[in-house]
Amino acid sequence: MRIGVFVCHCGNNIKATVDAAYITERLRDDSSVVCSAEFPYLCAEGGQKLITEAIAEHNLTGVVICACSPRMHETTFRKAAAKAGLNPYRLEIANIREQCAWVHKNKEEATEKALSLAKAAIAKIKLSQPLFPGESRVTKRALVIGGGIAGIQAALDIAEAGFPVDLVEKSPSIGGKMAQLDKTFPTLDCSACILTPKMVDVASHEKINLHTYSEVEKVEGFVGSFTVTIRKKARSVDMTKCTGCGDCLAACPVKGKENRKAIYIPYAQAVPNVPAIDRESCLYFKNGKCKRCEKACQPKAIDFTQEDERITEGYGAIIAATGFEAIRLDAFGEYGYHANKDVITSLEFERIINASGPTGGKLVRPSDGSVPARISFIQCVGSRDATARGKPYCSKVCCMYTAKHAISAKEKHPEIDVEVFYIDVRTPGKNFEEFYRRAVEVYGVRYIKGQVGKVIGENGSLRIQAMDMLENGRYDAVTDLVVLAAAIEPSDSAKKVAQMLSSPIDANGFLSEAHPKLRPVESATAGIFLCGMCNGPKDIPETVAQASAAACKVIGLLVKDQLTTNPCTAKTDENNCSGCGLCAEVCPYGAVGVISHSTAVNAALCQGCGGCTVACPSGAMNLQGFSRAQIIAEVDALCG
Amino acid sequence: MRVNVVAFCCNWCSYAGADLAGTSRLVYPSNVKIIRVPCSCRVDEAFILRAFARGADGVIVCGCHIGDCHYATGNYHTRQRMESLFGLLAFMGMERERLRLEWISASEGAKFADTMAEFTAQVEKLGKNERYTGDCIKATDAEAAEGI
Ligand SMILES: Cc1cc2nc3c(=O)[nH]c(=O)nc-3n(C[C@H](O)[C@H](O)[C@H](O)COP(=O)(O)OP(=O)(O)OC[C@H]3O[C@@H](n4cnc5c(N)ncnc54)[C@H](O)[C@@H]3O)c2cc1C
Repeated sequence: MRIGVFVCHCGNNIKATVDAAYITERLRDDSSVVCSAEFPYLCAEGGQKLITEAIAEHNLTGVVICACSPRMHETTFRKAAAKAGLNPYRLEIANIREQCAWVHKNKEEATEKALSLAKAAIAKIKLSQPLFPGESRVTKRALVIGGGIAGIQAALDIAEAGFPVDLVEKSPSIGGKMAQLDKTFPTLDCSACILTPKMVDVASHEKINLHTYSEVEKVEGFVGSFTVTIRKKARSVDMTKCTGCGDCLAACPVKGKENRKAIYIPYAQAVPNVPAIDRESCLYFKNGKCKRCEKACQPKAIDFTQEDERITEGYGAIIAATGFEAIRLDAFGEYGYHANKDVITSLEFERIINASGPTGGKLVRPSDGSVPARISFIQCVGSRDATARGKPYCSKVCCMYTAKHAISAKEKHPEIDVEVFYIDVRTPGKNFEEFYRRAVEVYGVRYIKGQVGKVIGENGSLRIQAMDMLENGRYDAVTDLVVLAAAIEPSDSAKKVAQMLSSPIDANGFLSEAHPKLRPVESATAGIFLCGMCNGPKDIPETVAQASAAACKVIGLLVKDQLTTNPCTAKTDENNCSGCGLCAEVCPYGAVGVISHSTAVNAALCQGCGGCTVACPSGAMNLQGFSRAQIIAEVDALCG
Repeated sequence: MRVNVVAFCCNWCSYAGADLAGTSRLVYPSNVKIIRVPCSCRVDEAFILRAFARGADGVIVCGCHIGDCHYATGNYHTRQRMESLFGLLAFMGMERERLRLEWISASEGAKFADTMAEFTAQVEKLGKNERYTGDCIKATDAEAAEGI
């Protein structure tokens, strides 16, 4: 075999800790290595040229690159190799940046280890085979999970490009959190006014198939060819008959949380405008008696016998847009959220000032319906809190929505005294700082730097005890309404969705992007994309931008008719196979079939995990690109 | 004495966790050398025994957390096979502390670095693995029986 070795300096990233010249020199000791060179940046054009020219000049049959992680540039280098006529699977990477230069301090040790890793890669490449990717068909339909502004925007963009989209939303209406907001910072345009038209577009778009009150139950397959089972929960209302008149709501005698009836429409502009019966609070489902809604319904749309329905559909790509929740405040007893009616969260404040909310937009206290004389906003409730009850990150939108709330309160009742307790005010965004300054300078909102220690109920009012860090003293005063900016966390179903999609989540439960800078809307799993708050705290403009970006990636995938498949698949050696079928039992993809005393792998289904190779008792199954001999050669090289 | 530790890392979680340890510049001992496999279920017991036979003093197999496997069920098989391998090592009279199975996700760079430092220290305490290097068949019946 004729092997070429190329050692990257990565500027000083590698060179400072690994002696690149020494490695380049020492690797020549291997008689198969016919050329060995170092270069400042192999990934740059000049570096790639060096490799392609060497392949031609030395007639190389194998290449080893000593550089950064293969997760970074394997594709780059394999493409370069292919351009020079070398089978791309005859190229291996020794990861001497992430695994040596960046994690070891001692140059001698880092260099020795880098040399070992390079030798292991050479040992592996010596046993490599040329591999050829197959092709798989692309199902030209997309699935979007979550119907907040993120999912709505993504679905609309994909549909506009001409591809059918299914949008699955777990609640009875799309819209997500944005539908609950009153106005939006920093322009103060009405949230419903900008969202409702988009919701209507979704409902009426001929390419969009909307599944509300539905959840994804099972995901199988791979990029270009996913098979998904969707459970449409029993709504107890026939969507084809319902006219959205609302007579049933008036007839329902149940009064639940936020005055919600057992049969309900989440909010006035809901899409679709069809109610659902919450079977847990409905008297008929609980006691077998009532049915007043059924009597009130003229078009006879109420259907108590409806059952969950399951549909199975194929998709080429999937977008996760499952959004966020505010954290539960059980562990934050000092703010008295559960003890006092007049301590509320920011989302509840949005509902109170919203014209279509429970008070019709009147800014009044939940306890007695009076207009508060003073409102105290408390920032960072659980955000930037590294203790077990909190979240270590900044929730990003709270500084801005609190400035918005303060301005809204002042606009409704200029005489209200508004104060904000903060750790830092963060306003990085177009027109954000100006917006915050307006709250202070034009509206006279008082900002107090300090954390609140306690909120105590006192004669129908609330007492706040805090530290005022700028005045260097204790703050102790009475207020009428306390609004808590509760930290943002991923929606409770995000983990389940991530598991179904084999899409990694980060330490805080947000869905991870494949690369934080360069692949911000792709998941590490091919064909799975993400956008909106499910990926981390974001405001609406960022969410919309990310949604359109994800849609763009999906469109780029769906326009293709075929995808090339990973050729690192399992392969049976018929001479050693007894047809016992243990391999087929462990395969999660049903890719192995047992045929008359032997087995055969369907390369289009095989994803290359290698489970079957280990399960095989006779060594008849092998994984191309990670063969038994190759891994043992690596072991020997590292242990030698 | 310098111990040699081989780490098998699955491509999707643990290898990415090691990369994150790198990008975050978290230092761990250079004794640890990584072999990339698509899934922890690709790690054949034979690879581990081969490593011990060729002079590895410790072997650690790292995969995605249970329930998070990129290939849905791969790490269940890993868990099960490693359990029987621990039994085999005991039968051979090899210290069980020389082998470890660990779940490390792509976001757990710190866990990767800490685990490697801690495992290396543990192997250093045991010292070099001399019993089964070279030709492990040489182990006498008595020695093998001792380990049960
Ligand atoms: C109090 C408050 C005020 C705010 N004010 C502003 C503002 O003024 N300006 C601004 O730019 N931003 C504001 N934001 C931020 C804004 O709300 C978010 O940026 C935006 O809602 C994110 O949209 P999303 O679609 O990612 O998530 P969401 O709005 O949370 O939507 C997610 C949707 O997915 C659904 N879903 C979840 N799990 C599943 C599942 N498993 N299956 C199916 N469906 C599922 C949910 O039911 C929901 O409909 C504010 C946030 C808060 C908390």
